[in-house]
Amino acid sequence: MASKTAAKKPAKKPAKKKAATGAKASGADIPKEVLLDLHRRMVRIRHLEENLGRISTEGKVPGFLHLYVGEEAVASGGCAALTDQDQITSTHRGHGHLIAKGGDFNRMMAEFMGKSTGYCKGKGGSMHVSDLDLGMLGANGIVGAGVPIAVGAAFANFYRDNGLVTMAFFGDGSTNIGAFHEAANMACALHLPIVFMCENNEYAEYTARDRVMAITDVADRAVAYGMPGVIVDGMDVVAVYEAATEAVARARRGDGPSMIEAKTYRYYDHAGVQGLGRTYRSDAEVQEWLDRDPIDLFEAQLSKARVLSKAAAKKVHDEVQAEVDAAIEFADNSPFPDPATDLLTDVYTEMN
Amino acid sequence: MTATEVDQRVITYNQAFNETLFELMREDEDIFIAGEDVGRYGGVFQSFAGLNKEFGDRRVVDTPIAEQAIVGLGLGAAAVGLRPIVDLMFMDFVMVAMDQIANQAAKMKYMFGGKATVPLTITTTGGAGLGAAAQHSASLEAWLIHVPGLKLVYPSNPYDLKGLLVSCVRDDNPTIVTLHKAMLGSKGPVPEGLYEIPLGQANIVREGKDASVVAFGRMVQFAEKAAAVLAEEGIDVEIIDPRTLLPFDSEAVVNSARKTNRVVVVHEAVRNGGIGAEIAAQIQEEAFDYLDAPVGRVGAPFSPVPFSPALEREYVPDADDIAAAVRATFNR
Repeated sequence: MASKTAAKKPAKKPAKKKAATGAKASGADIPKEVLLDLHRRMVRIRHLEENLGRISTEGKVPGFLHLYVGEEAVASGGCAALTDQDQITSTHRGHGHLIAKGGDFNRMMAEFMGKSTGYCKGKGGSMHVSDLDLGMLGANGIVGAGVPIAVGAAFANFYRDNGLVTMAFFGDGSTNIGAFHEAANMACALHLPIVFMCENNEYAEYTARDRVMAITDVADRAVAYGMPGVIVDGMDVVAVYEAATEAVARARRGDGPSMIEAKTYRYYDHAGVQGLGRTYRSDAEVQEWLDRDPIDLFEAQLSKARVLSKAAAKKVHDEVQAEVDAAIEFADNSPFPDPATDLLTDVYTEMN
Repeated sequence: MTATEVDQRVITYNQAFNETLFELMREDEDIFIAGEDVGRYGGVFQSFAGLNKEFGDRRVVDTPIAEQAIVGLGLGAAAVGLRPIVDLMFMDFVMVAMDQIANQAAKMKYMFGGKATVPLTITTTGGAGLGAAAQHSASLEAWLIHVPGLKLVYPSNPYDLKGLLVSCVRDDNPTIVTLHKAMLGSKGPVPEGLYEIPLGQANIVREGKDASVVAFGRMVQFAEKAAAVLAEEGIDVEIIDPRTLLPFDSEAVVNSARKTNRVVVVHEAVRNGGIGAEIAAQIQEEAFDYLDAPVGRVGAPFSPVPFSPALEREYVPDADDIAAAVRATFNR
């Protein structure tokens, strides 16, 4: 059954504390190249995920798949506020975070197919895809478990006084697990350079938020740890980017953690493209969010502002699709790992 | 080279731990310590005394009582290049942090295709004997050696403690250093300065020809007492202290079994599902034809650790239990 609350449009919600631009982010002050960069990041996520969903139905992708389609504005807006050296932690729904941090399609697609050329040599798959060189400390199969790891990375940045910031991506559901609370409290107690980026997609797996939480806004939790918490429209990439930019700047100048709650929505099911049950959310609710698609909304804004014409936008989509096609071909043509040589490697770091 | 040849200075197990941390932290700026009460207070057993004063709040960090976040703090920092030491105070608390230890730290390197390096050391105190009751007396080595990716040491004396701690901290994998809390005041010769004892290398504590006893942690001193008693009965016992439980020095144990033809495996944790079962299985796989008796197992009975000293004394395996188990291998 669809929850009434979940169907509400987040833009109408009063923010507990308004983000820099609130819900009416126009991006007027944002340089054109940043706007185009935000757009491309979202398009890259969308195309990779849509194609991945498609080939998964063809049986090319082993295991579980948690698609990020619909939530592109959060990863894109968040990661665009970071430098290449800044770190992120991710979730089981982590492809978008890696793409937004600059992930390579070939190595991602190969990993999802279990190939030896993948990011994790085929040993991690969708739920553990990572690129430490990009500061992406792993998708994670355990809900909430990335957040304490993010606190550790943030501590290292504090320890080295290197000016880097860590952004922990996590869902609304993970804020109910103890690890999240422990990590949020520790980060605030130690005053670490970290941003807690909550993707509130209103469902913890297949269960509506209002069935498992007595509060509507995850950002309400921030005050309990002693950090600011803001709510942004997670379908508005500029709103996410501006809130993230402010939170990252705050962390970078040593003013401690903050939390951003981005209200967003997951188009596909918790796992796969279409799960077994269709009873947990209504078609009307899904449609309401589809009508506020973050890429469509942003392209309309960019077109109106004469930043990106419709033709130019299409060109971006075509370029990205070609990149995805090439990645699928690369992955298809890549070998599987060899059990004889690869099964038992990398369990340990060999010493001396 | 034995400890006594190197240096005759005698300090306690706890002092050896403390001194080693000072020496390691002076050597390597990437090392920091974090845990409950480790900073201003110096640790509940004063194992961390003085470190915060010398190295400050940045390098010796008082944390909330939050074991998952403590291990996560170490893991995240290790994954980006630091060499953290995090303390879990009591081994029972390992269970509170098990996701970060077993699902995250232990698996990260493999899951990421070898890209991650996790030079994380977790320190904790195991074992019974202080009337600490069922939630502060565990020996959970069997839980942890079941996890690929971890390393675990359980030193039986101050000299080994220092060398194993140094090796663990310098190791690029997640390691767990288990101190036995009833041994903190026990004394032994320990050289000043840093030295390593290779991980996965057993120590022959006592050479013998008639029967082998495999024991670690506090059980080693009980095995030595049992060996002295058995010597008077004409049974010459060899004592093998694996020191590192993961990786395990199977070769040393199997060689001893082939030599003496009788083996008793001793541990303080409950027998059921204990590391003794694993060791016994390895011995029968590699030395079955050499055995004159089934491998004996000494461990705690199948109950939580009791509180009352009257019960706890009976519960924890001792020299009499070990001697009886060795004698039993001759009665077959």
